[in-house]
Amino acid sequence: MSASAKISETRFADIVGADHVALDPEILSSFEIDGVAPAAVTRPRDAQEVSELVHLAAAENLAVIATGSRSKLGIGMPPARYDVAIDMTRLDRIVAYDPGDLTLGVEAGIPLHKLASVLKEQRQFLPLAVPFFDRTTVGGTIATGVDTPLRQLFGTARDYVLGMEFVTGEGNLTKSGGRVVKNVTGYDLHKLMIGALGTLGIITKINFRTFPSPAASRGFVAAFDTAEATLGFRHRIARSALAPSTIEILSPGVAELFYSDDAARIEPGALRPNLLPNAKWALTTGYAGSDRVLARYEMDLRQMADEAGATEIAVLFHDLPAAWGRKREFVPIALASSPATTIMKLCVLPTRIAEMLGRAAGEGENVGLRCVALARGVGVIYFALLPPDGSNDSRTKVSGATARIAAACSEFGGNSTIPWCPAKWKSFLAVWGPERADFTEMKKLKTVFDPRRIFAPGRFAGGL
Amino acid sequence: MNRDLIRSLEQLLGNDGVLSSREDLLLYEYDGSVEVARPECVVFPRSTEDVVRIVDLSNRHEVPLVGRGAGTGLSGGALARHGGILVVFSRMNQILGIDVENRRAVVQPGVVNLDLTRAVEHAGLHYAPDPSSQKACTIGGNVAENAGGPHTLAYGVTTNHVLGLKLVLPTGEAVQIGSSALDATGYDLTGLFVGSEGTLALVTEITVRLTPLPETIKTLLAVFDSLDDATETVVDITSRGITPAACEMMDGWTLRAVEAYVHAGFPLDSAAVLLLEVDGLREAVEEQAESVAEVCRLHHAREVRVARDAQERDLLWKGRKNAFGAIGRICPTYYVQDGVIPRTKLPATLRRITEIGRQNGFEIGNIFHAGDGNLHPIILFDARNEDEFKRVVTTAGEIIQFCIEMGGAITGEHGVGMEKDHLMPLLFSEIELDLMRGVRDVFNPKGLLNPGKIFPTSKGCGEIRVRPLPLAGTMAR
Repeated sequence: MSASAKISETRFADIVGADHVALDPEILSSFEIDGVAPAAVTRPRDAQEVSELVHLAAAENLAVIATGSRSKLGIGMPPARYDVAIDMTRLDRIVAYDPGDLTLGVEAGIPLHKLASVLKEQRQFLPLAVPFFDRTTVGGTIATGVDTPLRQLFGTARDYVLGMEFVTGEGNLTKSGGRVVKNVTGYDLHKLMIGALGTLGIITKINFRTFPSPAASRGFVAAFDTAEATLGFRHRIARSALAPSTIEILSPGVAELFYSDDAARIEPGALRPNLLPNAKWALTTGYAGSDRVLARYEMDLRQMADEAGATEIAVLFHDLPAAWGRKREFVPIALASSPATTIMKLCVLPTRIAEMLGRAAGEGENVGLRCVALARGVGVIYFALLPPDGSNDSRTKVSGATARIAAACSEFGGNSTIPWCPAKWKSFLAVWGPERADFTEMKKLKTVFDPRRIFAPGRFAGGL
Repeated sequence: MNRDLIRSLEQLLGNDGVLSSREDLLLYEYDGSVEVARPECVVFPRSTEDVVRIVDLSNRHEVPLVGRGAGTGLSGGALARHGGILVVFSRMNQILGIDVENRRAVVQPGVVNLDLTRAVEHAGLHYAPDPSSQKACTIGGNVAENAGGPHTLAYGVTTNHVLGLKLVLPTGEAVQIGSSALDATGYDLTGLFVGSEGTLALVTEITVRLTPLPETIKTLLAVFDSLDDATETVVDITSRGITPAACEMMDGWTLRAVEAYVHAGFPLDSAAVLLLEVDGLREAVEEQAESVAEVCRLHHAREVRVARDAQERDLLWKGRKNAFGAIGRICPTYYVQDGVIPRTKLPATLRRITEIGRQNGFEIGNIFHAGDGNLHPIILFDARNEDEFKRVVTTAGEIIQFCIEMGGAITGEHGVGMEKDHLMPLLFSEIELDLMRGVRDVFNPKGLLNPGKIFPTSKGCGEIRVRPLPLAGTMAR
């Protein structure tokens, strides 16, 4: 612990109470990020306390990282400095919920599953079917910007977050947006917080637009011999009148992961054997509505799948939660499947998905690594390399393959990052992908929101 | 304005690319709002390079710079409040690329909103954000204001459809932000710049999403004998989880004015009508239309009419989209607001607006995006009567104050501009405004780009300013 942090300890206690400051090494180690532990963990009760903690940290030049369930601390680079963890889990209240208006305001530390059950009582939901669903907090979900299969129909958080309250790097409690569904009053600063990994502000409250739950949902799975045929089916759906809520392409080998013991542990629920064919490509799609609507979907999907050359077709009803839950948990399942799982996120235009998948698989094959991919129909590919171990040899293979895959992604006009990989490999991999031309503008924003650079320094793209 | 500067601009853009005579400039002192401000010179760039050079000249001469599309804005966003150069994008009106398979288009800022839809309709696509002024307004202006429209209830506003922008920053650098592929790495700069009301950069290229046309559309007109029944219907539709593509409301007073102009067949003796649209898959639309009609009847709609064909549908929409033109025919001046409230507060808010009108001696018309809770109360008055004018200002202030008390906001789609800057302190603390100012200043360090917008010019609590209002225009809201 730095001298400065020691001096601050009692002052932290003055803010949050002595019971809510932890210095015990065991607790500190549970807040480690890539092997770096904080000198203190604080547990504020409300936004005001967060503001005071940051204010103090800024005065003492202490680096601060806000945490939720700590399920996604692996995203980003190791912190350059990390003095104080601000555990946000005591900020777990629903501040406002107006079901009739389909709007909601919550504190950042509320667990997503807890919120989902409150919404369910009103037959509503948030389209945040994100990984680590049973643990993650709403704030962590938004700050890391993880996406969801439901983005096919509902878009991402930026499309349904209406406003936020957050604490800036100087400890100011501020807000932008509002709680109404349509609003152009002032700059949309809250959009900057989404996916910023806490480097611009600590989110204390989030206002959402909620969505009515559909009457019923179904899933449809079709298997194909090639990626091209699978994408052919995707393009047919895109050209049709159907508007499914999810479309996902699974590479050969994903089924093996989804039927593993790890998968059953992460997302329990029995999956019918052979529902997802392991040796083949598969396209899974979900849709919702009344019986007549569901029947129309099934009829059109069957016909389009046939035309695209599907070898097998299944319609899911009873298996739906388990099957879809495993798609949602693709990242944790992949992480459990190898001691050195490295997952690239490759975003390309939909017509480039097949080529991108082909190039990535080819590079994986060239270095002899087991690889699987889950591609969202909108053009977001999660490509997982699953080395047998975390050895230097594996690292060399992974760093070579990921560099070539990233270059191919750039060539296709896409965006690539490596959100998950072993901590000790991060300095060898391009975690945040190639530097962008607009990075200068991002640096400018950092100076406005966090002039002393105390928020998660070094964690974000370009060392921000 | 400095002759050297005008000469340099003429050298750059040609003589027909620069206007500086008084009679030419008069045409550019208005937009669709009640504000007036005259630029010192108007320029018409044809390329990003032109814009870069214009910005350089503005910097060298320390002269303000304001971007402008078609000038249909409703908050004075595209007016040169502090003079300077008005950069009009009407000659940068090319659609640079359409990618049907990936549903993307790249356009220059001067492309008219509806022209993009017309260019992609053949492929079964459209550009979804549809402000009522879509026949005239430009996509560049839509991006600056984060424009909405009647169909944003189901489809979202401009920001939900913009993926990337090419910008010319006030420092003169051109930079591409966002990307055609999703999830551009780093901070969501596109999300910040859309809706920044032209205060952070000039936009020279816009990458947008295109949206499939629905398989079926049904348009319904529900007629009510009481305003409360109409607003309660909207609350009920929303809370039942029915999301129509559009849910517009017109009160009796407004629809009589509209009917006299458009002859859309609106019933003259009703207290309010709802114009509802459901779209999507054939099977879903039939069911949704039936549920919507059922809720209307439950709340005592005396008639629920379904448009028989595209022609009747177009006529109903013509009535809605030309409403403000219709009102311009019957009174010398009107003042429109843009407050937003939670949908559940609609009945109480409409009652309160009527009451505020009565107390201040005004009849207030209401025609608005009910499904979004985005109000457009219209106060009719005679600007030549000074006393009446003062009372309008007080009345408008009371309505906005009530919207805020209901948990709402001061503008849903028209922007803050120079019209509502003084109201910002009602929603944001000085610390919050300072953070936003900090963002502006980091991109626009000399404050030359669109000065005098969004932020209150003097510190302290907002007070409705008294200012001269021009006669009513005919621009659609």
